[in-house]
Amino acid sequence: MGVIIRVSGPVVIAEGIENQRMYDVVKVGQMGLVGEIIKISGNEATVQVYEDTTGIRPGEPVESTGKPLSVELGPGLLKSIYDGIQRPLDVIREKTGDFIMRGYTAPPLDQDKKWDFKATVSKGTKVGQGDIIGEVQETSLILHKIMVPLGMSGEITEISSGSFNITETIAKLKTDSGIVDLRLKQEWPVRVSRRVQNKLPPQIPLITGQRVIDSLFPVAKGGTVAVPGPFGSGKTVVQHQLSKWADSDIVVYVGCGERGNEMTEILTTFPELQDPKSGKPLMERTILIANTSNMPVAAREASIYTGITIAEYYRDMGYGIALMADSTSRWAEALREISGRLEEMPGEEGYPAYLGRRLSEFYERSGNSRVFGLPERIGSITIVGAVSPPGGDISEPVSQNTLRVTRVFWALDASLASRRHFPSINWLNSYSLYQNELLPWFSKNVSENWPQIYKNSMAILQKEAELQEVVQLVGYDALPDREKVVLDTARMIREDFLQQSAFDEIDQYCSMNKQFLMLQSILYLGDMEDQAVSKGAQMATLQKMKCRNLISRMKEVRDPDFQKYHDEMKESIAQEVKKVLESV
Amino acid sequence: MVKVGYRSIKEISGPLLFVEGISNAGYNEMVSIETPDGQIRSGQVLDTRKGMAVVQVFGPTTGIDNKNTVVRFTGEASRISVSDSILGRIFNGLGEPIDQGPAIVSKEKLEIVGSSMNPYSREEPSEFIQTGISTIDGMNTLVRGQKLPIFSGSGLSHNMLAAQIARQAKVIGKDEGFAVIFGAMGITSEEANYFINEFRNTGALSRAAIYLNLSSDPSMERIILPRVALTAAEFLAYHSEYHVLVILTDMTNYCEALREISSAREEVPGRRGFPGYMYTDLSMIYERAGKIRGRNGSITQIPILTMPGDDITNPIPDLTGYITEGQIVMSRDLQRKGIYPPVDVLPSLSRLMNQGIGKGRTREDHRGVADQLYSAYANGKDLRSLSAIVGEESLGANDRLYLKFAEEFEKRYVAQGLNEDRTIEATLGISYDLLSELPEEDMKRLKREHISKYGKWKSN
Repeated sequence: MGVIIRVSGPVVIAEGIENQRMYDVVKVGQMGLVGEIIKISGNEATVQVYEDTTGIRPGEPVESTGKPLSVELGPGLLKSIYDGIQRPLDVIREKTGDFIMRGYTAPPLDQDKKWDFKATVSKGTKVGQGDIIGEVQETSLILHKIMVPLGMSGEITEISSGSFNITETIAKLKTDSGIVDLRLKQEWPVRVSRRVQNKLPPQIPLITGQRVIDSLFPVAKGGTVAVPGPFGSGKTVVQHQLSKWADSDIVVYVGCGERGNEMTEILTTFPELQDPKSGKPLMERTILIANTSNMPVAAREASIYTGITIAEYYRDMGYGIALMADSTSRWAEALREISGRLEEMPGEEGYPAYLGRRLSEFYERSGNSRVFGLPERIGSITIVGAVSPPGGDISEPVSQNTLRVTRVFWALDASLASRRHFPSINWLNSYSLYQNELLPWFSKNVSENWPQIYKNSMAILQKEAELQEVVQLVGYDALPDREKVVLDTARMIREDFLQQSAFDEIDQYCSMNKQFLMLQSILYLGDMEDQAVSKGAQMATLQKMKCRNLISRMKEVRDPDFQKYHDEMKESIAQEVKKVLESV
Repeated sequence: MVKVGYRSIKEISGPLLFVEGISNAGYNEMVSIETPDGQIRSGQVLDTRKGMAVVQVFGPTTGIDNKNTVVRFTGEASRISVSDSILGRIFNGLGEPIDQGPAIVSKEKLEIVGSSMNPYSREEPSEFIQTGISTIDGMNTLVRGQKLPIFSGSGLSHNMLAAQIARQAKVIGKDEGFAVIFGAMGITSEEANYFINEFRNTGALSRAAIYLNLSSDPSMERIILPRVALTAAEFLAYHSEYHVLVILTDMTNYCEALREISSAREEVPGRRGFPGYMYTDLSMIYERAGKIRGRNGSITQIPILTMPGDDITNPIPDLTGYITEGQIVMSRDLQRKGIYPPVDVLPSLSRLMNQGIGKGRTREDHRGVADQLYSAYANGKDLRSLSAIVGEESLGANDRLYLKFAEEFEKRYVAQGLNEDRTIEATLGISYDLLSELPEEDMKRLKREHISKYGKWKSN
């Protein structure tokens, strides 16, 4: 048995651990705190401890479990709330009270609950890794597929439908190395990515119901997004909106070093909110990993791996998963803290030299993938990572290393946030490298005019930025009327389209069809104004038109009524512009 | 555990003692240090290994030598006695009474670095606290269980604002046990006296506990003070069911003490010399605000910090802003204009505002009014800087309305008296007075039914 020789914060050094192996989980001290070996030197092993080490002394025992840090995968994951190393926080509360006691572990999945297992293959079937052998209705939204664990194949010698808990044998598999019992649950080490057959180019957008995202900077299913922004710019609200309304099958929300009250907000609001497609509570498709800022820092480091491994497991069933990581900067800081305690040579700003590698490894676990096993299926993981750059300056290492690997960038802007332009995604700095790949989808599924509408809107916003510089020099009144029309149209795009309330019952989700019609109406009015001005109408007169109010009230119209509203609005725009022209 | 004394200090460096010969000191264990002339200091183990422990001393290291000083390891983490009788009392940073009153006795001593609250146990804060200050109630609403810091600068009136909040804060329609914990780190005796007199004059002293570390007191005590104060707050909130308002000032001094230790330990510094773990360290303080499901009390925190050079990107306000649920930012420009409280609403924010406002809490149009004020004032301020370049004359008529709005907003909405306690209705009323000077069709954030119900536009 090993013995502690040094304790410094979350880092413990022990000597004489039997069978010490990198990344194996160890139990530290009399209390049996969970830790992981992160460095071996001779007879000494350095351990990062996932719990507070107060009171731990040199001389206390350390014992290896012989296993790497793993998660339990099986029915019961959905609707759960875990800490960074998959301890169920609800069970822990029941057992140890409102404050988390150290050294207490509980099985991540309910051991006793009986699930109704329906076998989909029969005795004698030859199966390979990843093959689906049966199903369990996990929640009303998600059918949990039971798969042959990766790396196993053989012949099913026994299988039966019925009611089982997660540890009971549901089938027996004859492999080359003997008979293996298959259960509803399996395990997987968090730091190892679950393999797939191959990755496919992403072609379908993740529809989020957020106008600035879907229309201007869409992300593909299986893509990666970086959301950097200073505090107060609305990173968390964007992440919450996405986990509420994005059309993925499952949402894994990793609250990594952030506020406790934010997790509470999800826990209280999600069960009440309904999935726009099915009308079922959103919690039925959600898994929460909550390692808030005041919880042990090493477990924060592990939390995003716990989250992504669970996401990969559901991807292997053929589902589309959206993983929210809020915030990867806190994860990187955990890495820095541990690295500092190990007295490693620091890289930029004290972060370890391997920061970039670790970040890209994480984002590489996303993707649109053909997974192993029969029936053939494709699953995807979309990663949306919030970044919290100090002072909002994205030249720092975490932002820069993230931007190198992600393909969508939503730049949150403090000056937009301070005037309550939400979501405060800056339309000039943000980009989506999926835009061109996704335009065909939008032309086919929304409207063939979509690419044109998109290009025109972006051009107007770009033009506005240039004109604003001129206004700064000569004043608004000195501009020719045609340029005033551009400014006017851009203002409508900003205020009546890009701004979207996350808290308004109607506005919080906007369908693709409504987005298209809204944008089209604004551009139509802009066009009409442009024509009127070139025929001699005054901008000042045009700005008094009543139909402009209809544009600004578009957000308040419910989706089913919008087509009618749109048609009437278009009609009154045409009428009113005509009237203005008659008086010229 | 037998308290063996060690006379084996090898090195004294800044606030740190390196003690040899001890082989099993516990991490974070408390130690007591007896100097050759009989003074007792306390300290805490920061690093422990076979044959050596690094001890951080709370207090001065004056008089400590490496021959005769005795270091005793107490075998337990730092604990304090707390009971309801702390109210009305004054303590130092270690929780020892300094007002000549009796010592606090309690059956059980509480660990000052408590375990972290299970996120699953938290209750979502949603009770509106009326502070009587328009810029807070109307636009950056405070709710029970929130942590809302004041970002200020040296010479600004943050102390007056904090005292006014402590005096006026109430939950409408409820009469419940209310207590104030005041933690002062490294502030001057003048500032401390201001608060104590303020509490005394308003009768708040009897329901307040004051933890005092003046700028002349040992800086290391500042590390432990907020933890002692919050342990007391947790006792009052979760044991005695008080609603506790915790004011911590000045967090900048706390962070500087943290930096002092970090540099004494020769750690790799992060930004501006602050340690890389400052975010985690601060969160252990701020995250102790909140409410627990099934318990009646709550802890609301108002930490105050002065931004060095009024720079909001300095690591202290920056990391704080990433942890707290919003911030109230004070502005030197407004103070110069003679406006009290000089709250700059544009960078200010309350993240929990939406939970605390709306129908049944304040009024159904609250959100819309606040957003409309924000966007109109932002517009007005932009135009103000534009008109400084191109002149007011070259602005359009509409723009001049916004320019005027920004002025009036600062004079009538932001500015208020030191003792002026505005109800939320009054605040919303002023909002409509101001907004009705702007064209009605610009009111895109207000719902039509709210405009016709509360609006003061001419068409109504």
